[in-house]
Formats: sequence, C-alpha cells, structure tokens
Amino acid sequence: MSKLLHYSSLTKKYIMAIAGFFLMIFLVVHLGINLFILPIAENHIEIFREAVHFMTSNPLVKVMEIFLFAAFIIHILYGVILQLQNWMARPTRYKIEGWSHTSYFSKFMIHTAVIVFIFLVIHIMNFYLVKEGITKAPQGPAMVADNHDFYNMAINLFSNTTYSVLYILLIIVLGFHLNHAFQSAFQSMGWNHSRYTPFIKLLGTIYSIVIPLGFILIPLYFIFLY
Amino acid sequence: MNFTLKIWRQENPNAKGGFETYQLSDISADASFLEMLDILNEQLVMEGKVPVAFDHDCREGICGTCSLYINGRPHGPDSGITVCQMHMRNFKDGSTITIEPWRARAFPVIKDLMVDRQAFEKIIMAGGYISVNTGNAIDANSIPIPKQAAETAMDAAACIGCGACVAACKNASAMLFVSAKVSQFAVLPQGKIEAKRRVKNMVSRMDELGFGNCTNTYACEAECPKNISVSHIARMNREFFISKVTSPKKEV
Ligand code: FES
Repeated sequence: MSKLLHYSSLTKKYIMAIAGFFLMIFLVVHLGINLFILPIAENHIEIFREAVHFMTSNPLVKVMEIFLFAAFIIHILYGVILQLQNWMARPTRYKIEGWSHTSYFSKFMIHTAVIVFIFLVIHIMNFYLVKEGITKAPQGPAMVADNHDFYNMAINLFSNTTYSVLYILLIIVLGFHLNHAFQSAFQSMGWNHSRYTPFIKLLGTIYSIVIPLGFILIPLYFIFLY
Repeated sequence: MNFTLKIWRQENPNAKGGFETYQLSDISADASFLEMLDILNEQLVMEGKVPVAFDHDCREGICGTCSLYINGRPHGPDSGITVCQMHMRNFKDGSTITIEPWRARAFPVIKDLMVDRQAFEKIIMAGGYISVNTGNAIDANSIPIPKQAAETAMDAAACIGCGACVAACKNASAMLFVSAKVSQFAVLPQGKIEAKRRVKNMVSRMDELGFGNCTNTYACEAECPKNISVSHIARMNREFFISKVTSPKKEV
C-alpha cells in the first residue's frame, strides 16, 4: 500500500491511464452485449442469454473479471489519491478562479467520478451480487428464472420509469467523464503527436457520445416503446 | 481610465492577509499594468501607507519575475504575454480588478503579491542542465542537429520560469515548467547523454516539493506567456517511462 503511494506522480498517472484504457474497452464489450436486450435481431433474447452465459462461465472471462475488478479498484483508488494530493497542493484558494481556457469537462473529473461510482455500486448490487447470490434479484413484471437471468432482471429494472430516467442521467454523466478521459489517457502515456493528436481528440469525442448513446437507447426503448 | 483595485495584502509569510480595496483615477490606457501599480504605490506612499509589494524586474517579458493573478487568470486577460507587457487598455474603464499572488503550497507568499519561487530553482538543480567541462567554445557545426529538433528545443527553452503554469493549474502542478526544461535538452544530442537521469531526478524533485499532479486540463498552455505547448508534457511522460524501464537498478 505504501509502495502504491510512493510511486511518482507520473507513474501513478500511467497506472490511471492503463486502468482507464482497460475500462473503456470493457465498456464497448458491455454495450455490445446490452444492445441485444433491444429487439435488434429476431432471436435477440437468445443471443443475449447466450452472451450472458458465455460471460459468466468462460474461464478466460473469469480471469479477465479479476483484471476488471483490479482496474476499477486501482482507477478509483489512484483517482482519489491524486485528487487529495492536488487539493493539498493549493491550501489557499483564489478568490476569483477558473477563467483560464481549459477543456471543460476536465475541471469536473472528480465530481463526475463520484456520480459514476455511485452508479457502479447500484449496478453491481443489481446484477453482479445477484449472480453471486448475495443480493436479491430486482422484482417487477417479469419473472426472474434464476440468478443468471439478466434479461428479465433488466426488464424489471427498466420498466420502472424512475430507474430508467436516473439511468439515463447517470450515463450522460459517464459520457462527460469519458469525454476528457479518452484523450487524457493518451496524453498521460505520452502519446501526443502533431499528426495524430487531433484525430485522437476527435475519436474521444465520438467515443464519449456513441457509447453513452448506446446505453441510453435501452431505457429509452422501455420508456417509450415497451 | 478609472479602476477599483482589490489587492491581496499580507504583511509576512505567517500573517493572515486579506483583500484591500483601492480607487485609482486618471490612468492612461497606454500605461502598463505594472506602471498602474507604481502609480498606486506612489499614491500610498504619499498617504503614508505601506506600498504594495510585487515582483518585477525586466518589464519586457524576458525575466519571468512578474507574477500577478488578475481576475482569475495568471498574467491577466491577454494571452501570450507577461503581466509587465500588458496594457491597461485590456480592461474596461471603471471596472474592478482583483489582484492575487500565485497560490500553491510550493510557492508560499512572502509579502502581498510576492511569492517564493525557489522551488523552481530546486527542480533545475536536480538536473536541468548539461554537464560539460569548460574550455574553448567548440565549433558550432561539430554536432549536426536537425532543424526540427533545434526548433523544438528552442520553443521549450522559451520558458521564463515565471510559474504561471502552476498558478493557472487547478492542481497547482508544475508539469509544463518541468517538461519544458526536460524537453529543451531531451531533443538535442548534447542533452541526450544525461536525459534518463535528468528526467527521473527532476520529476522526483517536483513531487517532493509539493506540486500537484497533472490532470491534463491544459490551463497551463492557455496561460503560458511563452505559449509553451503541452506536447512537451507528453514528451516528458515518454522520457520518464523510458528512463524508468531502461535504466539500471543501481546508478553508478
Ligand atoms: S518583469 Fe520580467 S517578465 Fe515581467
């Protein structure tokens, strides 16, 4: 633990960035599976169940799951440590501050992070801990067959409009976080190049819009069409 | 032009300090910001009060001594220049101007608007140089240097060490300064020899001195009076990484 604290500021940031990259890739996979909750293919429910089965039983995925949890914990832990150090670096605040031209969402990373974290806790309770048999499956109109029946659990959650609206808002905040995170991770790794950086920034903007939009489509479908 | 000034006054490093309000009238639009402060100080001396202490030296944007945080921005509202180069025409007549010292744990206030920036010297002492034996000047063309590298080094070397990057950064991080000092040597053949040791030592000194961590908000780049690019920060990140993974466990 103390070793983790004693890493130099730059090393901490590489670790933040690497964990962040991992989480951003994970989001793409997660969304890819989630989209099959929507009737995008004829046998979308089977495909979804198939994917859930694969993700919960494949040994390779099990190993990846350890990495995933590690990535979450490290990213959160270092995020908090770095932020505390940053607050300590300016004990007296300015009277008037923040008029410099900066990337907008970069100013609120810790704030968006806290909101995303709350969402993460709820999310883990609703799904992961259910699978592990620790919490009860969300109840609702659909019958949840067993603790691997994520399809019906999702239906139960999303058929609650309050939950759906909250979900949408939280995902938008996640988008704000990602908007700065994407290009920031590249910069932290030192990957800044006059030729590629503008492209990375564009890609980051696209990523931070497309991924949240994909997640939002699901509650929208439940609110308006289901 | 007339102005209301709100200025941070603090007698000594341990005093509490607070804002004082002053009225100034008949200031020429062509007066520089520091000239305006000189006029205020004259007025204060005439009234038998203690003049405002602020750092300044060259007054032409080359020494990096002037350091005022004006209306929420280091070096004031104009960009790409230091506060000594800025004129009062940048402000609206009758407006209120709030002047604060640089705020950072590593830059303690000495008096009023003056801060102690020795932390920067300490970072330079940790490796911001090349070790050469003195002697005759060597032939300028004995080491070929690509134009691109020379220009990049020159851009980095434009840093005057004023500390605006630290002042602007919401984390009080010194990354732009340190990266400029690392870059100006790292891209040149003469600097490459000590590059690995330099970056490691300078970064660890920077951390020790209590500067914050960079979160890539790029306020530093926006406020730097010499327009130093954050691409130097990325270069330092790369240099540091390479240095960490390739240098031997024990230094000779
Ligand atoms: S006084 Fe020298 S740069 Fe401003």
